[in-house]
Amino acid sequence: MTQSSRAAVTCENVTIALGGRTVLSGVDFAIREGEFIGMLGSNGSGKTTLMRAILGLVPVQTGAISVLGQPATRGNPAIGYMPQARGNLANIRFTGWDCVASAAGGSRWGLPRLSADERRNVDWALDMVGARDLARRPLAEMSGGERQRLLLSQALLDHPRLLLLDEPLINLDPTRQSGVVEIVRRLQKELGLAVLFSAHELNPLLGAMDRVLYLGGGRAVLGAVDEVITGPVLSRLYGSEIEVVRLGGRIFVMSGAFDLEHDAHRHDHGDHTHEHAGSDDVRL
Amino acid sequence: MFAYDFMRTAFAAAGVVAVLSGVVGFFLVLRGQTFAGHALSHVGFTGATGAVLFGLSPLAGMLGFTVLAGFAMGLLGEKLSGRDVAIGMMLSLALGLGLLFLHFYTAYASQAAALLFGNVLGVSTAALWTLATLAGLSLGALAIIARPLLFLSLQPELAEAKGVPGSFVATAFMTIVAVAVAECAQIVGVLLVFTLMVGPAAAAQRLTTRVGRGVALATGLALAEAWGGLVLAYLTDWPTTFWITALSALAYFGALVFNRANLRFASLA
Repeated sequence: MTQSSRAAVTCENVTIALGGRTVLSGVDFAIREGEFIGMLGSNGSGKTTLMRAILGLVPVQTGAISVLGQPATRGNPAIGYMPQARGNLANIRFTGWDCVASAAGGSRWGLPRLSADERRNVDWALDMVGARDLARRPLAEMSGGERQRLLLSQALLDHPRLLLLDEPLINLDPTRQSGVVEIVRRLQKELGLAVLFSAHELNPLLGAMDRVLYLGGGRAVLGAVDEVITGPVLSRLYGSEIEVVRLGGRIFVMSGAFDLEHDAHRHDHGDHTHEHAGSDDVRL
Repeated sequence: MFAYDFMRTAFAAAGVVAVLSGVVGFFLVLRGQTFAGHALSHVGFTGATGAVLFGLSPLAGMLGFTVLAGFAMGLLGEKLSGRDVAIGMMLSLALGLGLLFLHFYTAYASQAAALLFGNVLGVSTAALWTLATLAGLSLGALAIIARPLLFLSLQPELAEAKGVPGSFVATAFMTIVAVAVAECAQIVGVLLVFTLMVGPAAAAQRLTTRVGRGVALATGLALAEAWGGLVLAYLTDWPTTFWITALSALAYFGALVFNRANLRFASLA
């Protein structure tokens, strides 16, 4: 690989087990700086776990993960992180500004008072996603897409080099999905960020991502969409027959007659859900 | 009213406890741990009655038990969520044990009423100093952990990733809650801790959308309710605790109505 720039994330022979179950085994890949990576894979394939390992929250059994040349450690300010949205944010009655600001130096001891610099920084992060006006409203009164934009701006507070976005498209309708992808793409270009963007569905990311990281069967494949999203590669990954159908600029990944991604979409509980192959829900 | 020594002491004690309850209660409501606060007060009842039985100060017994229980709750953390029935059974057992201790200690029947419903007019000068010192220490500790606590309460996953020591902060906070509950029980009793810890904070979070103003408002409301209760009790000769619960309910439901009206206004505008 012709790789002139520094690697944003390198995984070498990484094995991770959670609660006795091996989630990833012997995973190797390198994400370059400034690269937009779409991370795909069914539920339980380890997308969230991999992000948490890059954040230094989950130990690796074997191998090593390095972030911008340093070993992965907790609290790395070079990483901006947007956890998978949970319902509890919808109950928060504070303004968006106060919620975003709670993360500014939020791990320091003392009273939650912001200096003038920190306040300017919060405003800057909000401006980056065009949410300065939006942030005056309480979080509880916002739509899911608006809350996602605020969380995205929060991930920018430390001026990171790498953004980890865990399922930012979940529970959004297609229009808002493409809105979020567009903003992330613009941030990646303007700020020169490496982006690791996990999703259930491939199609919303097709125009935006530089390469795709596909997780399945404990392994990972990183490469161009046309090289990775193919029947043979995915079949090897899943260890079962996978068919890839390209239709009018969209790509469908099917296990037998069933649409794998659509099926996975129906269980939005992070990485803890059971494996499943196919359901009675077939999309044509 | 202020000509009486015990009234001055009562005002001072109610003031100290109200400030502590308002501030701590704000975070308690924010974190959705109001049930834990309620639970701690029941455990405190066992501690207080046990202490009386062994000839110790009820405040010391209550504090010892609530702090231990608060610490344990903080350590267990997530594992306790959704265990409402188990916690409820522990509460019942705690109250039952308290009753048993009272049964053996037959000398003071009024002790039970004072513990259950509070006796702010009975606070001694020595007890006032103890309350003030403990409140000062608790608020000091809260000031140290306030920033990570706020972050952790709003976004636990992100806070963890950014290096907030989550279980340490949560445990420290529950220990502070335990002290606040024990103090609060001195004023309104173990059964009605909710009224001063949760009521003002919940009302404040309906009335403002800013964090700083919310803390200030919760404290102001708690103070107004506690002192207002004392004044009304002086004027009517009805129990102080009754008046505090009445004012707290009035503030909370008033805030709900205000919030509803505000929303309707916003949707019309």
